[in-house]
Amino acid sequence: MFDALLAPFQYEFMQRAFVAALVVGTLCSTIGTYVVLRKLSFIGDGIAHASFAGIVVAYLRGMDYYVGAGIVAVLTALGIGYVTRRAKISLDTAIGVLFTGAFAFGVFLMSRLPTYNIDLQGFLFGNILAVSRGDIGLILVLAALVFAVLIVIYRPLLYTSFDPVVAQASGIPVALIDYVLLVLLALTVVISLETVGIVLVAALLVTPAATAYQLTRHFRRMLALSAAIGAVCAVAGLYASYYLHAASGATIVLLVTLVFFMAMLSKRLRRFAP
Amino acid sequence: MAIAVRTRNLTVRYERVLALDGVDLTLDEGQALGIVGPNGSGKSTLLRAIAGLIAPSAGNIEVFGGTPHSQTPGTIAYVPQVEAVDWSFPANVYDVVAMGRFPRMRALAPASKHDREVVDAALDALRIGDLRYRHISALSGGQQQRAFIARAIAQEPRLLLLDEPTTGVDASTEEALRVFVRGLVERGMPVLMTTHDLERAAEWFDRLMVVDRRVLAEGDPEKVLESGAYAGIREHAHTHGHLRGDPQLQERDDV
Repeated sequence: MFDALLAPFQYEFMQRAFVAALVVGTLCSTIGTYVVLRKLSFIGDGIAHASFAGIVVAYLRGMDYYVGAGIVAVLTALGIGYVTRRAKISLDTAIGVLFTGAFAFGVFLMSRLPTYNIDLQGFLFGNILAVSRGDIGLILVLAALVFAVLIVIYRPLLYTSFDPVVAQASGIPVALIDYVLLVLLALTVVISLETVGIVLVAALLVTPAATAYQLTRHFRRMLALSAAIGAVCAVAGLYASYYLHAASGATIVLLVTLVFFMAMLSKRLRRFAP
Repeated sequence: MAIAVRTRNLTVRYERVLALDGVDLTLDEGQALGIVGPNGSGKSTLLRAIAGLIAPSAGNIEVFGGTPHSQTPGTIAYVPQVEAVDWSFPANVYDVVAMGRFPRMRALAPASKHDREVVDAALDALRIGDLRYRHISALSGGQQQRAFIARAIAQEPRLLLLDEPTTGVDASTEEALRVFVRGLVERGMPVLMTTHDLERAAEWFDRLMVVDRRVLAEGDPEKVLESGAYAGIREHAHTHGHLRGDPQLQERDDV
């Protein structure tokens, strides 16, 4: 029994996959708390799709995919913030315009190639088993950076998430905090691409936090609960995918979705309890 | 008394709508200035401009000799008329009031004894200490208003801007608020507040200003009300928008 539980760990690529799943699961669900409370659910999806253009450009130039995806993701995030502030259009409209444009650019470039050998499916749906030693290093460094910034701006980020108008009047640099959050989101999306893929990363940003929101009305508890749900589901989902011979990203997302509905159901049941 | 706020020719335009037109205003420390005017008269715009939330289209705003943006974080406390917050946000009354400390706190520094004392004092002053663990969605309108004023106080501001804090609030809450705000003013706080309540203006304010995009009258609250500047607002506003030329009303009773 115990041997069976440890079985996946005998492969080095599985060890790396578990580290990646744990870090990405925790990071996405932590920053996801702000995504859910600020109603930016669409944004992770947008940045992820936009970064596809970066992956294709990086391929054409023989660059590292992470660098290409990272540059485009950060630029898209800043562009989304800028367009929202200047053009006075809503954030979801700005995301809709920018991310479809960038994604189309990626498809356009790719369609003009006579042949290509990018692992397209890997980027769309994630390929956690292909995470290399170098990838793990990058994931750990960027995740540590994102966590550190989140801790430093904890108070102004919380205040601006709740009441940006009054926060700004009190002298908190609301625009700066918004931009920093968008850049952190972009970095989070980029390091999650290999683990869960472009199509599914939004689920890791939104679902654990939405689940925690069902269970508590206290901010710090929601943050901790969301991180815990994201971490446990990512690791457990990877485990399950190993035994079910299924795609890891999809299994992880299915698991957090299942936990979300369980939380919703338990909330309903508690309401009817005496 | 030192001047807290001074605007000169303050003009704010939204797209093609002129919201404020050449407003000159002076607020001294230790003084409560009331702003009255009909809906859409630019009262809220005036407060938002002084809070640094809207850039003037013309004219200028001085707050303690600088611009609204040059102030040390925590200097200006603004309580909007309608809190456009998400009431399902995971926060209780204590959390909301404690946010008032955030502009004053350094990153990573844990809340100090002083921070906690100021938050407790603000909760007590607004008499919502017993609601501290209640979720914000479970508050009445008056309790919400008290929580947001407590947050402003917890900020230890040097300037307090209140946008119709008495609208939709029961009589006892209004009276408690008035006593509280007057207490702050006696201790030197400059307060700028909009209101619809003309009857009690003299009890609230040291000076009253009638605004309908322009300043129509300004001075001692009773004299301003007697002048009929407010009652005649719709007839006079746009044709004789220079009532403030009236020397009697121009008189300022700031000492």
